[in-house]
Amino acid sequence: MRTLTEIRWHGRGGQGAKTAALLLADVAFNMGKHVQGFPEYGPERMGAPITAYDRISDNPIRVHSNIYEPDFVVVVDETLLHTVDVTNGLKEDGAILINTLKDKEEIIPLLNGYKGKVFIINARKVCMETLGAYFPNTPMLAAIVKVSDLMEEEVFLQEMENSLKHKFAKKPEVLEGNMKALKMAFQEVH
Amino acid sequence: MAIKERMSGNEAVAHAIKQINPDVMPAFPITPSTEIPQFVSTMIANGEIDTEFIPVESEHSSMSAAIGAEAAGARTLTATSSCGLALMWEVLYVAASNRLPLMMEVVNRALSGPININAEHSDSMGARDSGWIQIYAENNQEVYDNTIQAYRISEHKDVMLPIMICQDGFITSHAVENITLIEDEPVKKFVGTYEPEHYLLNAQEKMSVGPYAISSYCMEAKRAQAEGMRNAKKVILDVAKEFEAISGRSYGFFEEYQLEDAEYAIVAIGSVCGTIKDAIDKMRSEGKKVGLLKVRVFRPFPGEEMAEALKSCKAIAIMDRCEGYNSVGGPLGAELTAALYRAKSTAETVNIIYGLSGRDVKTSDVEDVYDKLQTLAAGEDLFGEYPYLGLRSAE
Repeated sequence: MRTLTEIRWHGRGGQGAKTAALLLADVAFNMGKHVQGFPEYGPERMGAPITAYDRISDNPIRVHSNIYEPDFVVVVDETLLHTVDVTNGLKEDGAILINTLKDKEEIIPLLNGYKGKVFIINARKVCMETLGAYFPNTPMLAAIVKVSDLMEEEVFLQEMENSLKHKFAKKPEVLEGNMKALKMAFQEVH
Repeated sequence: MAIKERMSGNEAVAHAIKQINPDVMPAFPITPSTEIPQFVSTMIANGEIDTEFIPVESEHSSMSAAIGAEAAGARTLTATSSCGLALMWEVLYVAASNRLPLMMEVVNRALSGPININAEHSDSMGARDSGWIQIYAENNQEVYDNTIQAYRISEHKDVMLPIMICQDGFITSHAVENITLIEDEPVKKFVGTYEPEHYLLNAQEKMSVGPYAISSYCMEAKRAQAEGMRNAKKVILDVAKEFEAISGRSYGFFEEYQLEDAEYAIVAIGSVCGTIKDAIDKMRSEGKKVGLLKVRVFRPFPGEEMAEALKSCKAIAIMDRCEGYNSVGGPLGAELTAALYRAKSTAETVNIIYGLSGRDVKTSDVEDVYDKLQTLAAGEDLFGEYPYLGLRSAE
């Protein structure tokens, strides 16, 4: 296991990439880790490319710069593959996770020759079958936990259930859908 | 019992405010203000604290309302950022000269233009001569701790000056990090209740606040105000000592990191200091004798103490996240260089501008600063020059 895991999220404003990054930091904190979860702000508008970051460490974190050589990259919106160099600095012993409707064979040529592991998930399918609406951050969160091996699936799901129960205390139906989405994402990512 | 938590810098400040439960908080409720008034007004709506929240139509009004409330005898707080602070300019001086010990949370962000929302110190540095105490933080933990200490400093009878508690916009204000909180009761006991000596709502003592002073008295009032700022030095250290007793965390005017035997020193303010510490650990492992002096208190300016801490250094890089537009550098550079001259320091100095408008600083950038110090110590004459760190070249 790494003593420090660094993750970079690429999404578009409104898709919840920042929220997912902060949720991941939350879950890792509950596991007793030192965490840093932060967004990089540009012009704030729906649909603009945004970046968010996670540092998850066994030791206190002091550095306050962005992440240039991540262990993992999460791409929440595949249209970014044409405009953002998402694999820039990504470690070859790490991995990239992409939300896409395409096959892996179609995606790999878009990754600037990245030689590390590539994982894909159809987050739209997961969302529509479990939540009935497209909130890609929930399945992407589960998928990166699986890809990065940051924690056991059971432990992660228990942590998420606890925090969602608290967050949606007045909307129990939302909890059920989200838990289904997380579980399905663990199966769907490949 | 310390409480392990994770929260953003803005949330950490809001939590401290909840524990302090000030009497009045006037604030401009939308951009350019911060999330802090939003969090506090939520706590009020939920009945967690009984602070009187006054939403106002501008930052000039939020500071004016804060002055009114504090003069009336209420423990008062506001929060702002960037051009919001700039709009308060006129009334900042009114708060200080009327010796009103209110607190303001400042999330440091760039002033326009070009229009930019990211971290920079130009907002509070512009207000450095307005008579406010200024305390800066490296991370969420420090801005929480500084907030708890603030009223004990500002309301001290030897001080009676307003206080700005500053943190870096987005880099700490919006970053979720681990933090250790203090339980409510020890915080409340530490902060205490506010018992103003003179206040407008005291029916037993008729007074006016902010009247005209003719020239034959005005200068004496200003000197008395300056004495309050000088007295703040002792109070800041005394309060820090008491705070250490309840928190286990020690604070001073500045933090020295690997400075004791350092031949080369970097002096900086704010979140960049964490990055500098990581870079120093790497450079130390390569045998480079470099250290950091992290400025916590900028007003009052602890120039004498800083010069003493830096006395054995050959070369010093003074880092400003703020342009002075004076053709020689930034405010920390100007003031620390003057202090070193008065202390008869023979160290070479260079004033480096970094991180403007949120430009990111990496540990490798800090190593570039060290290289600059080496060439300086080797005799390169940088008089009148002030490099920009990580500036993109023209090609």
